Amino acid sequence: MTQMNMLQAINSALDTAMAADERVLCFGEDVGVFGGVFRATSNLQQKYGKARCFNTPLVEQGIIGFANGLAAQGSVPVAEIQFADYIFPAFDQIVNESAKFRYRSGNLFNVGGLTIRAPYGGGIAGGLYHSQSPEAYFAHTPGLKIVVPRNPHQAKGLLLGAIHDPNPTLFFEPKRLYRASVGEVPDEDYRLPLGEAEITKEGTDITVLGWGAQMEVIDQAVEMAEKDGISCEVIDLRTILPWDYETVANSVFKTGRLVVTHEAPLTGGFAGEIAATIQERCFLYLESPIARVTGMDTPFPLVLEKEHLPNHLKVYEAIRSSVEF
Amino acid sequence: MTTTKPRVVHSPKFTDGAEFRIPTFKLLKEDGSLYKSAKAPDLDKEKALRIYRTMVTTRILDERMLAAQRQGRLSFYMQCTGEEAAVIGSAAALDDNDMIMAQYREQGALAYRGFTIDEFMNQLFGNELDYGKGRQMPVHYGSSKLNYMTISSPLATQIPQATGYAYGQKLAGEGHCTITYFGEGAASEGDFHAALNMAAVQRVPVIFLCRNNGYAISTPATEQFAADGVAPRAYGYKMDVIRVDGNDILAVHEATKAARQLAVEHNRPVLIEAMTYRLAAHSSSDDPSGYRSKDEEAAWREKDPILRMRLWLESKKWWSEADDKELQETMRREVLETMKRAQKRPPPPLESLVTDVYDEVPPALAEQFQKLKVHIRKYPEAYPKSAEHAKGGA
Repeated sequence: MTQMNMLQAINSALDTAMAADERVLCFGEDVGVFGGVFRATSNLQQKYGKARCFNTPLVEQGIIGFANGLAAQGSVPVAEIQFADYIFPAFDQIVNESAKFRYRSGNLFNVGGLTIRAPYGGGIAGGLYHSQSPEAYFAHTPGLKIVVPRNPHQAKGLLLGAIHDPNPTLFFEPKRLYRASVGEVPDEDYRLPLGEAEITKEGTDITVLGWGAQMEVIDQAVEMAEKDGISCEVIDLRTILPWDYETVANSVFKTGRLVVTHEAPLTGGFAGEIAATIQERCFLYLESPIARVTGMDTPFPLVLEKEHLPNHLKVYEAIRSSVEF
Repeated sequence: MTTTKPRVVHSPKFTDGAEFRIPTFKLLKEDGSLYKSAKAPDLDKEKALRIYRTMVTTRILDERMLAAQRQGRLSFYMQCTGEEAAVIGSAAALDDNDMIMAQYREQGALAYRGFTIDEFMNQLFGNELDYGKGRQMPVHYGSSKLNYMTISSPLATQIPQATGYAYGQKLAGEGHCTITYFGEGAASEGDFHAALNMAAVQRVPVIFLCRNNGYAISTPATEQFAADGVAPRAYGYKMDVIRVDGNDILAVHEATKAARQLAVEHNRPVLIEAMTYRLAAHSSSDDPSGYRSKDEEAAWREKDPILRMRLWLESKKWWSEADDKELQETMRREVLETMKRAQKRPPPPLESLVTDVYDEVPPALAEQFQKLKVHIRKYPEAYPKSAEHAKGGA
């Protein structure tokens, strides 16, 4: 075990994967000698050479097209998109290619080795184009897996899980926590399962669900709520697609209440999907409407980012309203 | 910053690249004889006949299947007609282990590798033997054993994938390369530029073969780009480039052979622009009379690549009119018989609707599938293709 921040944990995951299998490659803009603008790929080029860790030209659609080809060939590419906000030039390659490679070929070919890493989320004064949470766009695409870690231990285990998963996986990293989140991380190879949510705290009155950086916000809100005598069950969804509706439904059977929170805007956000599925499964158990606490339906703002974001106070208020309904 | 030392001038001097006029490589004249100064190609009889038979097979397959589409037997079809030399001549210059990542009009390359008429038909009719499990429209072929990547409809997406695939081949160090095909229209997509630039920077063993066939559906090449074709773009990437008469089988073969050598032995990606003409419509849903003249088509029919190769083969005494007649008749019969067989085969099983989305069917999808089966059992007459399959299981 070593004390690491999230970037160090991600770097350790990449290092572990590259050491174990020479087919694992890391590339993207500034990923090479510089180690990425956030330094997630630090020292990997020095350690594994320029052929396996390298800079690409500044072209996201090219990075993912290249990665798709590499994965189809049998390599295990880990492609970095510098900010999730800049993933959209690669939307076609991800949605029409990565996601459909296996299905359209009748399993003759697949890009299961592909992992796409991208820092997402707000709270860093990044404005419109360094703050977005685009998971819902991709959640509408069968064939992809989408994973978001909440802390360094989860980041290493889930990233290794994603790299070894035989399906193309988007790995969105909460950049606000890159250095802020610190914890004990095993030095060896360990893989956390994809498609499984984790109950991080048990409780009886209400279920509070989120992922990534929002888990920290939930913890603060829950601390306030517990002081009011409300027993909260907290779930980290971890994998957005395919998502673990069973764990969530089982929790709601018990608590009868659900608050879902994410940074992305309300309309069309993944909380809507969760709410629809859970009301279908738990209708007769629900004590109050399922609440969504999310970013507003605006482009991501700058100066008023605090007002925009679903912070702990808003989540706390939603917990209160739900319990008092 | 540039990769070469800048030459300094002291007056504002612009250049539009007009000084670079790219020549067209030709060996074979329209009458089937070699140009006077052309070097006789290194192509033995066996290979030449394999190429020719494939060209004729492709032409016949295309004629018959378009007719089948017109009769309503098939939903859709795309012909390679007029471009057989560009496609088959280049594929024939490769090693069979090299990867082919095509656009959609390159069935000739697949036929050259040995894809059988049966295999073509199974895909076209989307029956239970289709490797693609009836999931894609006709002509979206693929074969892992023949190293032919399954076709994807979105244009140009295969080009950067070819760069990536070839990068993996370079790391594997087994001396293989990738060829990717696309039209001059697809070359306007961003993916084209990304792919060529990345290949040049990383020195990847990939061959980019542009079939400049004059039209992107109805849009003529003159409305696709202002430049002298696609070839000059290679200068911008510092990539080797050659323009070749795409209807000249010998020139296409020779150019691709040399390109393969550059790619595999020197890690130099190559752009080949094959100048050709799409003699047929874009697809069975297109009608070229709305955008081009009969005279233009007739002029290109004179340059038919199959006719040109036949004349050359005959001049070498490797082929005769009788041989040709026999091949034509045999292939027509085979195509017809195989089509009837393929059409009668049952559709893929209902399960193929939900398999291969992921390596395993996720729980939510498994639930959707169970619901669907229950529904089909309730209304079997509405789902004749799957009513039988829906009976099994829970």
